[in-house]
Amino acid sequence: MDKLFLIIKREYLSRVTRPSFIIATLVTPLVFVLFFVIVGFIFSYESDDTKKIAVLDESGILKGALKDEKGIFFKFEQKPLDTLRKNFKASGYDAVLVLPKIDNLFSKDYMVYYYSKGQPTLDVEVHIKDRVRDALRDYKIDALKLERKQLEALNTSVDVEPEPIEKGGQDATRLTGAIGAGIGFIMGFIMYMAVFIYGTMVMRSVMEEKTNRIVEVMVSSVKPFQLMMGKIIGVGGVGLTQVLIWAIMIPLLMTIAQVAMGFDAEQQMKMSQGASSVNPEDTQAMVMAAMAEIGNVNWALILPLFIIYFLGGYFLYSSLFAAVGSAIGDDMGEAQTLTIPIVIPVVLAIYIMIKAVETPTSSLSVFSSIFPLFSPIVMPAILASKPPAWQIITSVIVLIGTSIFFVWLSGRIYRVGILLYGKKGTFREFAKWIFYKE
Amino acid sequence: MDLILDLQNVVKTYDKKIAVNNVSFGVPRASIFGLLGPNGAGKTSLIRIITTITRADGGKVFLDGQALNSLHPEQIGYMPEERGLYKKMKVGEHLTYLGRLKGLSRSDTKKALTYWMEKFEVSDWWGKKIEELSKGMQQKIQFIATVLHNPKLIILDEPFTGLDPINTNLLKDEIAELSDKGVSIIFSTHRMEQVEEICDNIVLIDQGQNILNGQVKAIRNSFKKNRFQIDFAEEWKGTLPPGFEVVDQKPASLVVGLSEGGNSNALLQYLLGQGAHISAFNEILPSLNEIFIQAVNKNHGLVS
Repeated sequence: MDKLFLIIKREYLSRVTRPSFIIATLVTPLVFVLFFVIVGFIFSYESDDTKKIAVLDESGILKGALKDEKGIFFKFEQKPLDTLRKNFKASGYDAVLVLPKIDNLFSKDYMVYYYSKGQPTLDVEVHIKDRVRDALRDYKIDALKLERKQLEALNTSVDVEPEPIEKGGQDATRLTGAIGAGIGFIMGFIMYMAVFIYGTMVMRSVMEEKTNRIVEVMVSSVKPFQLMMGKIIGVGGVGLTQVLIWAIMIPLLMTIAQVAMGFDAEQQMKMSQGASSVNPEDTQAMVMAAMAEIGNVNWALILPLFIIYFLGGYFLYSSLFAAVGSAIGDDMGEAQTLTIPIVIPVVLAIYIMIKAVETPTSSLSVFSSIFPLFSPIVMPAILASKPPAWQIITSVIVLIGTSIFFVWLSGRIYRVGILLYGKKGTFREFAKWIFYKE
Repeated sequence: MDLILDLQNVVKTYDKKIAVNNVSFGVPRASIFGLLGPNGAGKTSLIRIITTITRADGGKVFLDGQALNSLHPEQIGYMPEERGLYKKMKVGEHLTYLGRLKGLSRSDTKKALTYWMEKFEVSDWWGKKIEELSKGMQQKIQFIATVLHNPKLIILDEPFTGLDPINTNLLKDEIAELSDKGVSIIFSTHRMEQVEEICDNIVLIDQGQNILNGQVKAIRNSFKKNRFQIDFAEEWKGTLPPGFEVVDQKPASLVVGLSEGGNSNALLQYLLGQGAHISAFNEILPSLNEIFIQAVNKNHGLVS
């Protein structure tokens, strides 16, 4: 047991003290945050050239007012179009906008004309469209003598509010599903990373030990199974360390970046929604409700379960990676061929997870939340939508049982594989090795 | 005889291939024992059984009188032929790690390391990374790792490959010293002249079987063909009486084969009686190399 601990310690320390690890762990959040800052900057970037546009309002709907915005300046002209076109160069205008007379109040189409050297840029086009549409709406309401209040009453927003069937049951809000889905996606993604990054790390390390021939020295002191477990646990610790550091650093850096860039969350939200009619107080209420909902999630149940699924999934898959690593030397090409059968279920599980978040009670979701190759990714994703106890218990038992079985199975392959040179690892060989006596 | 290691009817099969077929031999305590055999004979399989890396399918193995068990690896030091180290680790760290895995406490490891690293004059390599060392230097580290935990039995598989003559001698002296201290050593190699020089006893494995086993001297005697080499101070032109057959004749030397029951004294007396001036008279013992080839060919059904 203390030998296993020695191996875990070496596997862990030799990795976390490596400069490349420290750099990757610290730089990744920086790159991540930088990426978001740059994306945010690009999206908030506005056209910095100015445009002067002459407006010829033959319809009269604008009533002489078209708001200037973001470097676009409008000026109403009374001169006829031909004159404007003739004197275009000297006038200093970039374009002439013509709003023709409205003949039919019931027409659903309305064409305005934009005279310029080139095409209108997208921001100009969107701006004109929005303004003209709003003005036209007001104009039609008045011309048709409609009641404004009645019209507004036609736009109803509908929400589904979940309520428990039993009296006094736990009341969910309409945010529960969304929060659950969010947590589910994050958990599924972490699992996916753990399996791929750290599973591959285990495999490479096993391959390296075999190619190095250190393994022959090692197994004269410890059992191959101890060596394999030590590696899997050690690398798992490295993974947890890295994920934990990222989980702290990314939100922290995000906050710092936001403060440093001078825009707070509220403003950003307003910006992203454009000038639509969302009230800042509403937004704040939404955020508060979401926070309350995150607090409402049964973390006392979900967190331990998440750890169980994380460990179960990690052990299950990384032991398979270790078995593959033991069967091959330094041939990465061969490694890729042999890892395909391991990778396929993981990728499938991700797709099922995306679907299961939407429909957590479908038979596909229920099956996948129990099937041990999928459950580590699918089950954490639907935990927030409260699957029944039998489903969770069955899933956990099946996962733990399967993980133990796979670790055992991989150990059988590993102990033969690491000492065998020059023989190609095929699945047929694997099957034989499993049944070799010690 | 006091045996450190005793193998009785050991069998090991992989798939349908019999790697070790009913092998028995004993390694006397404090001796240097040669484990010999052509490539693929089953030596590595045997070593892996002795070091508890694999388990025999049949037969018994006793280390120091006890049936082999999971505590025994701590009493065995094994330097495999295909050996490596973690390249990124520092020498001191690496040796400490291997020592600790052999069951030494932290302080014992430190003590043993100080002793051995001074002995091999590598104390100042403590903070160096393995990848910075030459192959020969790594070999020294390997050897220290093998003996660090003061094992009863040391198994060395081709320990001299990659070493220069000076370091080869250093290692030879070290092996002799360990043997004098009562450590038993199994030495596996293809270099027969090294076996002749170092080993007291040998076993020759071929096709998974023990085909020759015993003391080096006794084996060479048993393979001798009663041939003698006689060197003369001056050219000799004589004839030999019946019962003595000239195998090879040069102007000043003669190789003579004695017939069954022939007496070397009689030959010497006859020659002296002839007035020959003899400068050397030696019995020709076959080299282990010849014995190895002869025994293996015989086992394969070939005539040497």
